[in-house]
Amino acid sequence: MIKLILHFIFFYLLLNFNTTFSKEIVVSPKSFIKSISQAIQISRSGDTINIKSGYYTEGNIIINKPLIIIGTRNPVIDGLGTGEIFTITSSDVEISGLTINNSGVSYLYENAGIKLKEVTNCRILNNTFINNFFAIYLAKSSNSIISGNYIEGMRKKETNSGNGIHLWDCRDIIISNNIILNHRDGIYFEFVRNGRIFDNRSYNNLRYGLHFMFSDSCKYWENIFESNSAGVAVMYTKNVLMKKNVFRNNWGTSSYGLLLKDISNSEIKENQFIGNSVGILLEGCSRIIINKNDLTENGWAIKLMANSMENSFSLNNFINNSFNLSTNSMQNFNKFEGNYWSNYNGYDLDKNGVGDVPFRPVTMFSVIVEKQHLALILLNSHFVKLLDIAEGVVPSITPNALIDPKPSMKAINWSK
Amino acid sequence: MHLMNKILLYEIHNTIRNKWIIIYSFFFFFIGYALFAFSGDGSKAFISLMNIVLFIIPIVALVFGSIFLYNSREFIEMMLSQPIDRKSLFFGLYLGTALPLIFSWIIGITIPYFLFTVNYNNTEELILVIIIGSLLTIIFTAIAFLIALKQDDKSKGLAYSIFVWLILAILYDGLVLLIIYTFEDYPLDKFIIGLSIINPIDLGRIFFLIQFNISALMGYTGAIFQKFFGANLGIVISSFCMILWVILPVYLSLKLFGKKDF
Amino acid sequence: MVEINKLSKKYNKNEILKNISLSINKGEVTAVVGPNGSGKTTLIKSILGLVKLNSGSVEVDGINIKNNFTYKNNIGYVPQVARYPENLTGNEILSLVKELRTNYEFSSQKIIESFKLSEELNKPFKNLSGGTKQKVSILIALAFNPKIIILDEPTAGLDPVSSSYFKDLILEEKEKKKTIILTSHIMSEIQELADEIIFLLDGEIKFKGTITSLLEESKESKLERAIAQLMLRE
Repeated sequence: MIKLILHFIFFYLLLNFNTTFSKEIVVSPKSFIKSISQAIQISRSGDTINIKSGYYTEGNIIINKPLIIIGTRNPVIDGLGTGEIFTITSSDVEISGLTINNSGVSYLYENAGIKLKEVTNCRILNNTFINNFFAIYLAKSSNSIISGNYIEGMRKKETNSGNGIHLWDCRDIIISNNIILNHRDGIYFEFVRNGRIFDNRSYNNLRYGLHFMFSDSCKYWENIFESNSAGVAVMYTKNVLMKKNVFRNNWGTSSYGLLLKDISNSEIKENQFIGNSVGILLEGCSRIIINKNDLTENGWAIKLMANSMENSFSLNNFINNSFNLSTNSMQNFNKFEGNYWSNYNGYDLDKNGVGDVPFRPVTMFSVIVEKQHLALILLNSHFVKLLDIAEGVVPSITPNALIDPKPSMKAINWSK
Repeated sequence: MHLMNKILLYEIHNTIRNKWIIIYSFFFFFIGYALFAFSGDGSKAFISLMNIVLFIIPIVALVFGSIFLYNSREFIEMMLSQPIDRKSLFFGLYLGTALPLIFSWIIGITIPYFLFTVNYNNTEELILVIIIGSLLTIIFTAIAFLIALKQDDKSKGLAYSIFVWLILAILYDGLVLLIIYTFEDYPLDKFIIGLSIINPIDLGRIFFLIQFNISALMGYTGAIFQKFFGANLGIVISSFCMILWVILPVYLSLKLFGKKDF
Repeated sequence: MVEINKLSKKYNKNEILKNISLSINKGEVTAVVGPNGSGKTTLIKSILGLVKLNSGSVEVDGINIKNNFTYKNNIGYVPQVARYPENLTGNEILSLVKELRTNYEFSSQKIIESFKLSEELNKPFKNLSGGTKQKVSILIALAFNPKIIILDEPTAGLDPVSSSYFKDLILEEKEKKKTIILTSHIMSEIQELADEIIFLLDGEIKFKGTITSLLEESKESKLERAIAQLMLRE
């Protein structure tokens, strides 16, 4: 009887211990447990799995309970080019410190290094992803953090390359401090609400550094989007805030620092657009405030399509762009005021810092080039300069109403 | 060639003491000063500089070259009564005009570069400007000689020089634009590239834009030009055209000089 | 010394020299005279190779001058109008010519002194008067002691004193058996200097012979009248 009672107490304690205190399971090629999948199998919710340095090839690993998975001294999990590596189907999972390589390219499945499926409260921290089809993939998930990861893709053709960080139908996600390169799109959002994206660096991607659609109310700040084949494209979205990002060196045949298509009620502030084919393209955009940005040495600083209206451009610096602004419309429904234009030749007699003569940012040549692309070969030609001067005196083919009535005499120092 | 060197030496002596050559040097010095000291940004300064080079150098070489040759008529007569062959005398005179023009503006522009730029980051661009400007000097001095040898009337010759400049520096591009508009329904890329190669000023301008990657910024159309002018074949073809522009007027002037009555 | 054979020269459609043949003897002073536009200067320039011939040939010292320039080592030439690179000095031009020529005995001291050129030779040409430039031309032509001296209106810009000194200089050269060819409008000068006279009119030689034979033929005592008579004959 006493024996029975003791047994009972022992099991009770054991049970209690298991539920109240999580335990750590060590996975290592040298230890008793050599496989991550096995560790997950024997683990209980809330356990920590510590993966020691080593090389693990286990195919698809499914995490179906809340776990903390930590890599110690850089363990490598290799998908060997087939299928998915980690599939998270449980909320409250954290993965950190792993190197995850070679999820399989597929035309049917979006195989990822780590996929989060319909979960919440997950954290993917400080991992390295090399040569994955998709690196981190979130579907129908929320309240999660993707931070501090290094993500390098295969840099193959666009068609057999997936995205670095891919979100579909998610909300309340933080993406910060990641480095993403050589993927199709660096960061991809579709139907995302309330994302916070900051301090990331997305460069050398095959298509867009950042690409989102139908993702309202997201904020992007202090990211760097650099040398992506097509720059950054954002579409069909409202309530976007973009602040203090850098869009740099995105040039090529159809490349944009920032392509805005059907964006409304958004704010683009204090960003830098440097050396892009087109700094910002606005197509079908309305009520966007473009304020205090630097647009420097772009081919076209801004291309403003006719279907855009009620946008406001103020206190921006337009410095040494080949074209400040081009538009395909003779009308103007947008507002330009108080910008600095480096090629403004007016004067300021009353010394109030505002040029006394309005500035016309659309030159005749930019209109010509818009109609006849080949005319671009005459860029910087003296004939073209003469045309521009003549047009500036008597506007005939440039939109008459499109002026900055109060051009700033000096570059605007908005960083202070 | 031995005789040519002697003539050349004296011609250079003569030309570098010419006040216009000195003014020319100062002109570029002040341009360089204004650009490098006040425009903080290097590449912007160089694009402006290139524009000035493409505008000023051809007209200066044309006007200076033809006036110089007209003023040398009696001296040529005198030199030809000395034991010297016409070819040596021609090259002596030609290089004696072109080289000081080249030195003059190179010195003018290089000094402010080294005085007023901070870290000499744009030396490559400077060298490119110098090469293009020097080639233009060589070409347009030869054209000036050709005009001055063909046309004995000084004022007519000057008018022709300015006319040639107007055509190549300005009107030609208008013609290109007209062609683009007139034949907009046809695939014109190659034809337009061809037209641009024919004019040395345009060629200089485009070459510079390509080197500055400006055309790379220019989207699809820029990429077409980049593809041609940036590729080996394009560089070979445009260099060939540039060399042809150097050789042809020099050769024709030399022929004319050999046959001419002084 | 100089043999001209069937020389013709056209400028555009104007025939300046029409089938001219003549020979100029060594050690004589030959004057070429004729009205303006008669072809005097063109004839001289043909000898110097400044003008390209349409037909005929010129031989200097037995050498056909076509495609040859070394024969000019033997020639000193004073052009009608003297103009030099304006920033060079006389001395610089002199040393340039020295470098171009070979086989010469150089002596300039006497001419420089007589023309009072020593200071002027250090000034750039743009600061020199027309007469001084002419003197420099004469200096350059004579200093190299050439066998043949060709003078195109040499005294045109000279003052009387220099002009008279210049004539002495030519007579001295004549003493040295130099072949001298000269054009001039000043008949007294020709009478003073020339042995032979060639009268050119409309590109043809109307008279060639000694001055005495011309005077005899025309029964005039003055050369000027004799020439005028030649012109009227046409």
